[in-house]
Amino acid sequence: MSQTKPYRVSHLDALEAESIFVMREVMAEFERPVLLFSGGKDSIVMLRLAEKAFAPARIPFPVMHVDTGHNFAEVLEYRDSRVATLGLNLVVASVQEAIDAGSVRELPDGTRNRIQTPVLLAAVEKYRFDALFGGARRDEEKARAKERMFSFRDEFGQWDPKNQRPELWSLYNGRHHPGESIRVFPLSNWTELDVWHYIAKENIPLPSIYYAHDREVVERNGMYYAVNEFIKLRDGETSEVRRVRYRTVGDASQTAAVLSEADTVDKVIDEVAATRITERGATRGDDRVSEAAMEDRKREGYF
Amino acid sequence: MSQAVLEPDAAASRGMDLLRFATAGSVDDGKSTLIGRLLYDTKTIFEDQLEAVETASASRGDEYTNLALLTDGLRAEREQGITIDVAYRYFATPRRKFIIADTPGHIQYTRNMVTGASTADLALILVDARKGLVEQSRRHAFLTSLLRVPHLVLCVNKMDLVDWDQAVFERIADEFTSFAAKLDAPDLTIIPISALNGDNIASRSENTPWYEGPSLLHHLEHVHIASDRNLVDVRFPVQYVIRPQSTTVTDYRGYAGQVASGILKPGDDVMVLPSGMTSTIASIETADGPVDEAFPPMSVTVRLNDEIDISRGDLICRPNNAPAVAQDIEAMICWMDETAPLRVGGKYTIKHTTRTARTVVRGLQYKLDVNTLHRDEAAGELKLNEIGRVKLRTTVPLLADEYRRNRTTGGFILIDESTNRTVGAGMIIEAR
Repeated sequence: MSQTKPYRVSHLDALEAESIFVMREVMAEFERPVLLFSGGKDSIVMLRLAEKAFAPARIPFPVMHVDTGHNFAEVLEYRDSRVATLGLNLVVASVQEAIDAGSVRELPDGTRNRIQTPVLLAAVEKYRFDALFGGARRDEEKARAKERMFSFRDEFGQWDPKNQRPELWSLYNGRHHPGESIRVFPLSNWTELDVWHYIAKENIPLPSIYYAHDREVVERNGMYYAVNEFIKLRDGETSEVRRVRYRTVGDASQTAAVLSEADTVDKVIDEVAATRITERGATRGDDRVSEAAMEDRKREGYF
Repeated sequence: MSQAVLEPDAAASRGMDLLRFATAGSVDDGKSTLIGRLLYDTKTIFEDQLEAVETASASRGDEYTNLALLTDGLRAEREQGITIDVAYRYFATPRRKFIIADTPGHIQYTRNMVTGASTADLALILVDARKGLVEQSRRHAFLTSLLRVPHLVLCVNKMDLVDWDQAVFERIADEFTSFAAKLDAPDLTIIPISALNGDNIASRSENTPWYEGPSLLHHLEHVHIASDRNLVDVRFPVQYVIRPQSTTVTDYRGYAGQVASGILKPGDDVMVLPSGMTSTIASIETADGPVDEAFPPMSVTVRLNDEIDISRGDLICRPNNAPAVAQDIEAMICWMDETAPLRVGGKYTIKHTTRTARTVVRGLQYKLDVNTLHRDEAAGELKLNEIGRVKLRTTVPLLADEYRRNRTTGGFILIDESTNRTVGAGMIIEAR
C-alpha cells in the first residue's frame, strides 16, 4: 500500500454525508421548505439528519404531519415530544377536518390513504411550501426505484415518471415556477437495514410500537392487524394476543404488525437482516391492491 | 479462491464501505437478468417479490422465473418489456454495500447512461457471447471513459449458449481490450458469465476451468476504490453559511459543505475564491463534535480565524493549489433535451458545484460520433443524446478544474431558463 492512511468512510457515514448535503442544498436554494414528519422511523431519521445538517443552529424549517386521523397513540405522543424538544414549528394537515369541511369524501371502505393526497396538496398550496422533504427510500418499492433525489411536481403535485430531470453528480436542479414544487428524498439511497443501523449508531429513540410487545391482533391475509377503534372484528373473526412489532408506521387502519420477539434495536437489526419479506409487503395493505398500486398513488401526488 | 459469504451480516455491516456502479447493455444482453441474479444470490430478493415475479412469469408464459421482471418497475415497462429510466438497486455483502444505477441500453438513452455513470465507481457492460461487441458496447465503453468512471467490467454473457467456448470469449476480450486501449480507459476486467444460470456470478463456475479470474461478485467486493478519490487538491465548495439566530450561541459563523477533494485540517492556510482572501482553518466541526481532518465525501462545517465575507458558491482551497477562476470554459457536453438542440448563441443557466450562473454558447468545435469517435467539425447543433466539444462564456467566474482531475469541480449541468429542465451535462476540458 502506497498510502499509509486509508481515509476510510463507512457506508453509513457516506450515506449521512450525502443526506446532509441534500438538506443543505434545499435550505440554500428554496424559499419555504418543509419536512414531512409522520412519526415513522424514516421521518425520524430524516429529522436527526436535519439536526446534524444545521447544528449548532436549530432546524430552519417547519415539519408537517399529514394526519389521517387513524393514529397510534404512541406515535402522536412521540411526535409532540420531539417537536417540543427541538423547538420546531408543527403544521398538521388533517384529513378528518377536510372530511368534516366536505373538501374530501370518505371512501366506502373507510381507508384514508387515497384521500390524504388532496389534503397534503391543499396544505402545500395554503402554506406555499416549495420543497417537501420525504423519507421515502428507493429500496421500498419498484416505482420508487426510479425516483429522483429532487423530484419535480407540477402545479397539481403530480409525478410524471417519463418526464423526470436527469440527475448528475451531486448537482440537483430544484428550479421551478410558482405553484410547482420539488419533493426531496434525502434517504433515497438508504435501505431498511441502513436505517436501523443508523438508529442504533445514533441511539435515536423510537415510538415503542417499533419494538416487540404484546397486542390484541386479528389475522387477515397473513397480516396481523391491531384490534382497536379503527379495526373491528368482522363476523367469524377472532382476536388473539400475540407478541408483535411494527416494521412501518402508517395509517393505523391500514398498517399491520409482524410477529416478533425483537425488543431492542440490536434484535431488530438481526431480524431485519434475516427477514425474507419486504417491509411494505409484510405490513401495508395499501400497496397490495395491484402491482402498480404505488405508481398510481405517486402519479396522483402521493409521496 | 474462497467462496464469498453472501448474507449481509447484521453486526459486521456497520463497517462496510460503499461502491456505486452503473450497468449498461443492449435490450437483449440479459442485463435485467444479471441484476436479478445478483440480488437473488445475495439474498436481497424477498419472498413476496419472488412470488410476484413467479406469478408474472407464469402469466406471460415464460419457461423459467424471469428475474428481469424484478427490476422493471413501471407499468409501461412491464407491458412493453423495456426499461424507461435509470433505476437504482441496492444489495450488500459483509464487505460492501452496493448501489446499482441500472441504465437502459436503447440507442436513444445515452442520457441515462451518462447520468448513471456520473456518480459511479465502476461501470459494468454486458455483451451477448453469440453476438460479440456491437455498436452499443463501444458506445458504453466510450461513455465510461468520458465520465471518468475509474473501473470497468465487461461481462461476456450467455456463455452457456456458445458451449462455454474459450475461443469465443477470448476473441471478444481481445477485441474489446484493443478498443478500450484507444479510449484512455480505466482499469478493465473481463468475465465470462451466464446470468441466467448464475455461472461466475457469486462464485467461480465449473464450466470455465480455463478462466482464472474472479467471479463478478468477488471482483465487486474487492476492487480497490479508496485511492480513486482525489486527496491531493483541497476543494471545499461552500454550500450554506450557518449563523444561528440564538441567544445561547452568539457570533457563530460556519461554512457548511461537502469536501470535494483533498484533506483539510485545523491550522491549514487557506484561500477563499473568487476573492483570493486568505486565512487559516480555526476548526472543522460536525454535529458530533470537532474533527482533526476532513476528506471526501464528508459533510462538515469549516470555521476560519479571520472574518472574511464568504457566501454560497465560494470555494475554500490552499493558496498554492487553487482551481481556475474562469469565465471561458471548454467542455464536452452531452445534450439531454428532446425539445430543443444546443445551438451556438444559446443562453442557459449553468450549475457548477454550489455556484449558479448564466452562460452563453460561444462555439461548437465539433460533434463526436460516439460509435466511431469521428469528429464532425461542420455540425451546427447538438441534439438529444449527442456529444460535442463547446466553448462557453459565463456571467460570473466558475471555480473550476479539469474534469479528468476532479469530477466534482470539473462537472456541470445546463438548465433551460424557460422550462427549468436539465438539458445538458458538461465535463470541463479547459477553464481560463
